[in-house]
Amino acid sequence: MEPGAAAAVGTAGAVGAAASAGAPAAAAAAAAGASAAAVSASYCPLPLPLSDGEQQCYSELFARCCCAPATSSSFFSSSSSSSSSSSSSSSSSSSSSSSSSSAGHPQPAAELGRGASLPGPAATAGANQVGDLFRASQLPAETLHQITELCGAKRVGYFGLTQFYVALKLIAAAQSGLPVQVESIKCELPLPQFMALKNDEIRYSNPTELHGMKCQIPYVTMEKNSFKRVDDGEKQQEKMSPIMSPVSSPPSSPSSYQRVPLTYGYGKLRSGMDQMHAAPYETRQHTLQQEGSTSGSHGPKPTRRQTSLIQSLSVEREPQESNSNYPDDPWRITEEQREYYINQFKSLQPDLSSFISGSLAKNFFTKSKLTIPELSYIWELSDVDCDGALTLPEFCAAFHLIVARKNGYPLPESLPQTLQPDYLQTAFLKPKWDCALFDSYSESMPVNQQPRDLNRIEKSSIKEKTDLTAPAQDVNIDDKQALKISSVDEAMPKDLSVDTAAKPGLLPPPPALPPRPLMSQVLHHNTSNDSISQTKLPGQLPGYGDFRLLEQVLLTQIGCVWWNFREQIRKDNDLQTKEQIAEEKDLCQTEQVSEIELHPQLTRTPSQTEESGSPVKKDLPHTQPPSKPIRRKFRPENQVMENQEPSSVSGTSSVPTVPTVKPHASIQKQSSKQKKAIQTAIRKNKEANAVLARLNSELQQQLKEVHQERIALENQLEQLRPVTVL
Amino acid sequence: MRKKNKNKNNKNLNASWLKPYSLLQNYPLYIRSIPAEQELKFHYTVHTSLDVVDEKVSAMGKALVDQRELYLGLLYPTEDYKVYGYVTNSKVKFVMVVDSSNTALRDNEIRSMFRKLHNSYTDVMCNPFYNPGDRIHSRAFDNMVTSMMVQVC
Repeated sequence: MEPGAAAAVGTAGAVGAAASAGAPAAAAAAAAGASAAAVSASYCPLPLPLSDGEQQCYSELFARCCCAPATSSSFFSSSSSSSSSSSSSSSSSSSSSSSSSSAGHPQPAAELGRGASLPGPAATAGANQVGDLFRASQLPAETLHQITELCGAKRVGYFGLTQFYVALKLIAAAQSGLPVQVESIKCELPLPQFMALKNDEIRYSNPTELHGMKCQIPYVTMEKNSFKRVDDGEKQQEKMSPIMSPVSSPPSSPSSYQRVPLTYGYGKLRSGMDQMHAAPYETRQHTLQQEGSTSGSHGPKPTRRQTSLIQSLSVEREPQESNSNYPDDPWRITEEQREYYINQFKSLQPDLSSFISGSLAKNFFTKSKLTIPELSYIWELSDVDCDGALTLPEFCAAFHLIVARKNGYPLPESLPQTLQPDYLQTAFLKPKWDCALFDSYSESMPVNQQPRDLNRIEKSSIKEKTDLTAPAQDVNIDDKQALKISSVDEAMPKDLSVDTAAKPGLLPPPPALPPRPLMSQVLHHNTSNDSISQTKLPGQLPGYGDFRLLEQVLLTQIGCVWWNFREQIRKDNDLQTKEQIAEEKDLCQTEQVSEIELHPQLTRTPSQTEESGSPVKKDLPHTQPPSKPIRRKFRPENQVMENQEPSSVSGTSSVPTVPTVKPHASIQKQSSKQKKAIQTAIRKNKEANAVLARLNSELQQQLKEVHQERIALENQLEQLRPVTVL
Repeated sequence: MRKKNKNKNNKNLNASWLKPYSLLQNYPLYIRSIPAEQELKFHYTVHTSLDVVDEKVSAMGKALVDQRELYLGLLYPTEDYKVYGYVTNSKVKFVMVVDSSNTALRDNEIRSMFRKLHNSYTDVMCNPFYNPGDRIHSRAFDNMVTSMMVQVC
């Protein structure tokens, strides 16, 4: 390693994003005072000592900046390519790491034009990228100008390796609060920290904290380097890490948030996301940045981060795609983030143009583990029309604010312009068509997210059923619904299973909410789910009041197509099922549930959806004739599962391994059918929408009636009170 | 408008929840006053004015419980200030204490201020994270009250 290059690179490249707000201010003040001296000092040709970690860090930064063609506006008017001997030699030493890193991160390279992976002999950092990088350091522009002057890039007209390294080290010094002078960079400095760039700059300082967790095996390329850096600059990193906490890269914010939900047990989310975003994974070099972000918010949630780091990283890779040109704006939602938010919205409310009710959103956002006052404030910001419900843009804004808050960003005083509903609405218009394709993915995603084996059973059975009929998308929907149903069913009757089943997931509705089977297949599955949940039913004989409560809750969710049927049938079967429930109370706990009993059991469930399972099935067979025999086939299996279910308290442990085989086969089938099934699914969804709209109006009517009854009752209560009491 | 501690507005929201038991609870959800050092005095003033509010509400009769006017008007004047009241249908009471020397404040303005308060309060209620009965910490509500008080001052 050449001393000149090493020295320059070490200091300049290490400048990370300003750890503390005070640092840039102090740096600016110091820089202002020292600017004159710095300018007079002019170019700093001194060889600076660079630690190995710094060397790697800087070289990688330089490589990244060099990857793109140096064009467009930049710090300097011209960027003439000149080969610096130091750059070539130093790059050769770090070429291995940088090449691996560069290869591992085609994403920034793609944005930069997929240039050469290595800096090469004619290594000049693209001025545009360098400018972005420097701006990401969150230093004031004045300081950055001084740094550029000081490092000599302005003098020579380009950012060679030496100049780049010096600049990085000066940035590190500025962020540490030292004056921007040549002398500052002679001492040991922590690595510079950069806010999220559109090139997905890695925050080298942060990974050091995370390496203690040692959960970065999947991300070999960058992690390898980070490991090395850690070894070298660990002490420095520790010093910087606490300051880093409030500064988190916005693109990684979804990862943190997703990390949080992932801690709820979404072991499968990662796999699901992997399937979905295999390509972005390779392009993602966000692992370290994510780690940085995680470390950024390390204080309150170290354990969670550790456990879910891999998951979050895997998830975050996808959202980190930043197509926007505002890398420093934490309030701008990237494409990936938007997709994720839309998927989450769908999990709560399949109709993208409808609302998420306040209670539903509250339960959902409460899982983010933010404090209630903060959530209240976030709601206040995002619910622009103050109607107690969230439309899709409002939901995305709220979600984004939560994610940002979890990453340490202070909540803004007012809703940023990029999070305004009208702004997001226009932004949503174009990706809507992309969502159509994502639907199949998203449906499978929540399916995958169900960690429970039991859900897998459901899924497998669902998949097998739907193989014959409904398109894959419906199947996915059904899977999701059925999984939710199963999770809810299990959750409702059994407190123990609730914790394991329903809570792990953001996507599954809260235990109190009944499942939402979407299609008849789901209903069929509901029957199977019912069978599983039958044993728990006796403990929960729903009264009429419960039904109405659940009904009102369901109003917020778009019911399935056959919700109407179900309601009618439920009302018809109320008496019948209650009798059956009483009968089955004794039988349910036993492991010998006859198939005959399953039928009546299937007809009634506290979740309402299951209740109409069998009668609905009878009414709906015309829509799904082929699935009937399959359904019956599964009943014994469900019986078996049900028998196993009660035996195990948690329910997960008792799940046989047999169903696990099914998901694999069914998944393959689904994937093969998804493409041609999407169109049919769209058609069916339109039909479903029409029916659901009708259902919605009917349910709204019922809701109004209930409200009126309630008001009337309250009025009566008031009038019945003694006059003196108000 | 005077700038010194002349105009004192004390907006006190009291929620008396109809409990199944006979206990009557009136506790403030939100209190704001300018100047702030006299807040305790306004606490007392508002609390005593609750009786007047109840009296006015009950005087309207049970038959009109749904149609009665929300704005109660001047509850009672003292030598220093005037107290205005406003009750919502959910028995949430808004009490405003205005400096008596502020003669420029007309009844219509008071009504509009109460309407704004009511609207802001419903916005707060729409927040699912707000539990009815909690103290109000909504920033939007604070901003609205501040702007209103500044306007009067």
